[in-house]
Amino acid sequence: MLSLDLAARRLGLRPGTPVAKAQALYPDLVLMDADPQGDRQGLEKLALWFQQRISPIVAVDAPDGLVLDTTGADHLHGGEMAMLKDMLHRLAGVGIRARAVVADTWGAAHGLARYGRAPIAVVPAGQTVRALAELPVEALRLSASIVEGLATLGVSRIGALAAMPRAPLVLRFGPDVAQRLDQALGRVGEAIIPVRPLEPVEVARSFAEPIAAAQTIARYIGKLVPPLCQALDTRAEGVRRLDLLLHRVDSRIQAIRVVTAMPVRDIKRLTRLLCEKIETIDPGFGIERMVLIAALTEPMERRQRVSSLIAEEEADVSDLIDTLANRVGTQALYRFTPVESDLPERSFCRVPALAPEGTKDWPEHWPRPTRLLARPEAVQAMAELPDQPPLFFIWRGVRRKVKCADGPERVFGEWWKNDAELTIARDYFRVEDTHGERFWLYRAGDGEHGETGSQGWFIHGIFG
Amino acid sequence: MSAPRPALEALREQISRLEGHNRLRRPTLPFGVPEIDSRLPGGGLVLGALHEVAGGGSDALHSAAAGQFCAGIAARTRGKVLWIVTRQDVFAPALKQVGLSARRVIYVEAGTDTDVLACFEEGLRHGGLGTVVAEVARLSMTASRRLQLAAETSGVLGIAIRRWRRQSNAADFGQPTASLTRWRVSVLPSVSLPVAGVGRARWRLELIRARAGECADFEVEACDAQGRLAPCRLALSAALADGSDQEEAGQRRARA
Repeated sequence: MLSLDLAARRLGLRPGTPVAKAQALYPDLVLMDADPQGDRQGLEKLALWFQQRISPIVAVDAPDGLVLDTTGADHLHGGEMAMLKDMLHRLAGVGIRARAVVADTWGAAHGLARYGRAPIAVVPAGQTVRALAELPVEALRLSASIVEGLATLGVSRIGALAAMPRAPLVLRFGPDVAQRLDQALGRVGEAIIPVRPLEPVEVARSFAEPIAAAQTIARYIGKLVPPLCQALDTRAEGVRRLDLLLHRVDSRIQAIRVVTAMPVRDIKRLTRLLCEKIETIDPGFGIERMVLIAALTEPMERRQRVSSLIAEEEADVSDLIDTLANRVGTQALYRFTPVESDLPERSFCRVPALAPEGTKDWPEHWPRPTRLLARPEAVQAMAELPDQPPLFFIWRGVRRKVKCADGPERVFGEWWKNDAELTIARDYFRVEDTHGERFWLYRAGDGEHGETGSQGWFIHGIFG
Repeated sequence: MSAPRPALEALREQISRLEGHNRLRRPTLPFGVPEIDSRLPGGGLVLGALHEVAGGGSDALHSAAAGQFCAGIAARTRGKVLWIVTRQDVFAPALKQVGLSARRVIYVEAGTDTDVLACFEEGLRHGGLGTVVAEVARLSMTASRRLQLAAETSGVLGIAIRRWRRQSNAADFGQPTASLTRWRVSVLPSVSLPVAGVGRARWRLELIRARAGECADFEVEACDAQGRLAPCRLALSAALADGSDQEEAGQRRARA
């Protein structure tokens, strides 16, 4: 057996068990023929999907994985860890259980993803040797015969293998062991040859002499963008994700990815977005080929501008949104939109900055604080039961006497979301202390019934 | 304030010519409170300039009153508002209560102060926004000059909410910057109502610095549903019912 699902693993079966034995143990086992060709095609499809969404350089890591070069793309997803979580979440959404690791090299990430402990991990730069030391030698992408041979020698961990002298190893097993080891530890480079999107809109330019200066790269970006926009124009499409691949003379590929909030095919705007990223690439000994690919395109209609006679037009800020999103990441740029919920922390959600405007709105007549604390903080307070505001409260070591208060505004738990919220209630008060500072306090509970909450006091916001 | 004196006006004109702002009289955004507007050169907050706002007392940490004050100003400008923060704790329903609809506000959550300043400048330079508000702790002379120049070229109102993690860092507000005006907003006890409840919030606005203007203190009632301030109808002494409060208010002022 080659591969097993979770249920089969729980029964104690492992890859490598003979089929006859497994069937003898569990007669109702569902068996399917291995289809390496189909698997490969499936992975390629998945690779294209990742290429559109995560990072420009994606390749199939046969037989069961994908390898992505996420350099310069992780910040668009809110950091490396957030990116991995997002990837696994998306995969889980389509029913694929996966493990993901970010490491300095392809080899290290390959090994850690398959043999590492955590299903999701980020190895900090420069810690590869330590992270790999405890892994079995199978993690090095060696052939089965070599692994067997190493086992005969008593070498089972990568740490032990790395400490051995090279010459006898090469004599006995050939150059493979040393090469894989060096690739995993980052001593020799390994190029990732990315999958190519179907029917891509791309323009390329090769140079007789390698280029390296930022100004030169900027000039050639300026020459590549217009033909790309022209090609997009004929297809009536605009670009949402644009990749610039820079092939270096040492056969590594550096990539720049820019994302846009709306389909764009404006030459000036795309050139500017790309040029802002030049500083992030490392030209090494020079760049011999530049390829500009529209990784994700969307139909774009020509719009008629509203005449200024009818209404004063609101300025278009989508280009600013794109510039900022490429600097701080798409997740860091948002608007708030109302959600129908009485609990303050659930009464809003983040939507993309250019999302269509909703019609819902918050009620206007309830006092709402300017600043909402990330989580309510417990305060010591004294209040008359059942529904009087506190007489004083102590927050962060400062005792404040309450001069006047508004309330209570009673909020009930959302029982349709969570059974535990069936009985809980909160009483919100706006209080003003003797200095004029205003706070939003609540009591967890209605002050009468124990099941409605702990009856403790919390501060949830600060009024202006 | 007395009627403008011709000699002083001529001198001001001469200075502004020297400074190179003589192309056009820059548009301003009046507060609608005559006491404040008459103290500001141009009769209001100059659009296309950088202004600084900080909270007084413990509000230097939370910037609740300062945030509301800025939201009220932003609500009265046209176009989208960019609100740049390092840690997000703005409660959008409160901004709506001073007339700043959530549909107009785009938030940027930048990781560091440097990113905040970079996004701030980018926003000011663009020119399509109504107001750019940024919550920053440190603002150097160089950075503020860049922001001021960016705002001048595009005509967008830029407001820097100075907000610190620690109370002790708030002394940083004394450092010189290139902003046109500098405000400190602190809360005042509200007027006692004849019934139980909390009255309309009141603020002490301190105009600490105004280029080509004088410092001044104002007591105002907080922004209403359209983001407008109102002058206090009662003097502070009359508003406070008992002496103990007055004493404490005095102490608070001394601290701020």
